Amino acid sequence: MLAAADRKLALWNIGVAYTAFLIGTLAGLLQVFIRNDRLELPAWLDYYQILTAHGVLLALIFTTFFIFAFFISGMSKSLGTFGPKVLLWNWIGFVVMLTGTVLATVMIVIGEASVLYTFYAPLMASPWYYVGLALFVVGSWIMGFALVGHYMKWKKANRGELSPLFAFMTVTTIVLWVIACLGVVATVLFQYIPWAFGWVDTINVELSRTLFWYFGHPLVYFWLLPAYMAWYTVVPKILGVPVFSDSLARLAFVLFILFSIPVGFHHQLMEPGISDFWKFLQVVLTFMVIIPSLMTAFSMFANFERAGRKNGGKGLFGWFTKLPWKDLRFTSIFIAMAFFIPGGAGGIINASFQLNEIVHNTLWIVGHFHITVGTPVAMTFMGLTYWLIPYLTGRKFSNTMKKLGFIQIGLWSVGMLLMSTAQHILGLLGAPRRTAYSGYNGHESALEWFDGILTNHVTMAVGGSILFLSAMLLLYIVIMSAFVSPKAVEPDEFVEFPLAESDKRATPKFLENWWLWIGMAFLLIIIAYAIPIAQMIQHAPPGSRGFITW
Amino acid sequence: MTKKKQEHEENLKGTLISVFFVGFVIVAMWVAVYLMYLSQ
Amino acid sequence: MHLHKYEKIWLTFGIVCLVAFLSIVGVNAFAQDHTPAGGMHTIDPEKVRETAPFNEPGVKQLDDDTYQATIIASAFAYDGGQTLQVPAGKEIIFKLTSTDVVHSFTIDNTNVNMMVVPGQVTTKSYTFKEPGKYLIICNEYCGTGHHYMYTEIEVTE
Ligand code: HEM
Ligand SMILES: [Cu+2]
Ligand SMILES: [Cu+2]
Repeated sequence: MLAAADRKLALWNIGVAYTAFLIGTLAGLLQVFIRNDRLELPAWLDYYQILTAHGVLLALIFTTFFIFAFFISGMSKSLGTFGPKVLLWNWIGFVVMLTGTVLATVMIVIGEASVLYTFYAPLMASPWYYVGLALFVVGSWIMGFALVGHYMKWKKANRGELSPLFAFMTVTTIVLWVIACLGVVATVLFQYIPWAFGWVDTINVELSRTLFWYFGHPLVYFWLLPAYMAWYTVVPKILGVPVFSDSLARLAFVLFILFSIPVGFHHQLMEPGISDFWKFLQVVLTFMVIIPSLMTAFSMFANFERAGRKNGGKGLFGWFTKLPWKDLRFTSIFIAMAFFIPGGAGGIINASFQLNEIVHNTLWIVGHFHITVGTPVAMTFMGLTYWLIPYLTGRKFSNTMKKLGFIQIGLWSVGMLLMSTAQHILGLLGAPRRTAYSGYNGHESALEWFDGILTNHVTMAVGGSILFLSAMLLLYIVIMSAFVSPKAVEPDEFVEFPLAESDKRATPKFLENWWLWIGMAFLLIIIAYAIPIAQMIQHAPPGSRGFITW
Repeated sequence: MTKKKQEHEENLKGTLISVFFVGFVIVAMWVAVYLMYLSQ
Repeated sequence: MHLHKYEKIWLTFGIVCLVAFLSIVGVNAFAQDHTPAGGMHTIDPEKVRETAPFNEPGVKQLDDDTYQATIIASAFAYDGGQTLQVPAGKEIIFKLTSTDVVHSFTIDNTNVNMMVVPGQVTTKSYTFKEPGKYLIICNEYCGTGHHYMYTEIEVTE
């Protein structure tokens, strides 16, 4: 078991994560009913206010706090108990992050920030919303640096040795996060805050969008990499096999540092102010970041085949039936991975330059991120939650809980399948995202959106309701594991932290040469961004004043 | 040497077929949307 | 670093697919002129109605085969002059800008999906294949009335 102080830190992070999850999924439930014209909100509540809460609380708050809980537990487990300094700075970071979260959430709730989680200028929220977001990011940096400090202490004590895979991947993800946040910190600190407080009159809109998306794409990899960490390091242990290839796992991760950042223009393919040349260059770079995911797909299936054969699976696919399907920790993550197959394929379509015209800002995109972050990432986190909380609290995870867990992931899968399929098809038909119910004056194109077989807002609402049920069941399991389930006494009642052996004898040392990867990342960032950003600043039109249109 | 490596390479035929299933999903979805793009 | 033989096959296949996708969209975009909406022209967002061509929003014939549709987006409506009416089979150049926040100009059942950003002029060229009444919507959140921001374009024979 980990040291009590480290466990407490991780548990607080999980606590905040699931509080955000509760409010966020409730917002999701309201959204599907509003879009289907089955719910009218009271005058003091607005669809876009709810949607802002949903995006911020699930995509930013739930994910980030959970990710840190996972990092803290895994770093303490693989590198040893945290020293007092590491603990202190982690707590400071946590408090700063929580303060930012509360501030931003309050602004959303009182209706001063219905600008969605992307807060595109010149929609102008209360300045405190931006301050809240800035504090959130700064807090995450402090926690990140504290964990890197813990890693450096280990490196000093183990000179010349490659770090354990979990620690390596944690540091990779933090490096990625810190470099990514530079963009959002720059725009929030130097553009939004002075403008929202009224210290300057106008804002350079195109620049703010570009800096946001410089951050926005690696943000999705900040969610995905911790899920990949679980796939690479936790799943093999559950399967009873070693990590498929330590060096390839590390290589995949450093490729994410290189290629997940200089690609933000793929979110801006439909807009002016960036020439086709730079858009297409970043499209090409985006395609590079697909390669480490192709590598991951191979490693995962190889794990399964190895494990299944070890358990006596014969023939071409006999191994498949011999996987530990009765193990909730495995099955949950397996389903998460399966959802990522169409999820990733959809991402390739989104990034394919002019194909983006078909899907941009349609419900397809909403379908897409619910089968990337909303299921592969979120369900991996659920799969971790089942054992992580009991592991941290020292409580039992009973058979009843296991059964409930299976029901929970089953419901999530069915709900998500219905909701995301409907959203994908509706999007191809042209139904917009981020849009409350509108019949568009009965235009026949819009009517189509409401009466397909699978493709209508009813399917979406049914799916959303099932999802919400699943979310509540999960929260029940979380509360039981955190506060109620009986404490483990016998050795076999304790829940373990499954972490696979990784044979790093053949792993080349340069993979852990951080300066090399950070240097190359900045080089690529400069190539992809320096000239278009310089143009945006030099040839900027007169700026925009703020608008409050809600 | 290379011969020996080949012999020791483990049997991952199922993996190969599985990843090609992934590849099929990618290509099929992409082509479908591309055709839709061309048609409208 | 040892790669399993099958992994080499898989990665080669994957990379070939990616190169193929990129080549297809690259040729289609740049050689056949199907680039997405864009443009590098800027404009003072406070002076849109005084700046050409937005001082005269509407559809204008440029030559035998080309028309220009100049449209102003503001919360929560489009101003395209009287009524938007264009012929099928001719190239229509859409030019838009915004007087306030970011909007979109998205014509249902077509590839016209343009972001309209204040301070910038967005351009997209498109040729309608079929006549009919097409729904135009804003699919970028722009405020409380966002879902009421729509209009129609009539494509004639
Ligand atoms: C109960 C489960 C959930 C339901 C019913 C649900 C439903 C929805 C719906 C209907 C929308 C689109 C609204 C619109 O565009 O008009 C949406 C947006 C979104 N959802 Fe969910 N969702 C759920 C869970 C999640 C989870 C777990 C995540 C991520 C961890 C997530 C992330 C997002 C994000 C980032 C958006 C976009 C917000 C924006 O456009 O600003 N959702 N959700
Ligand atoms: Cu992206
Ligand atoms: Cu709008």
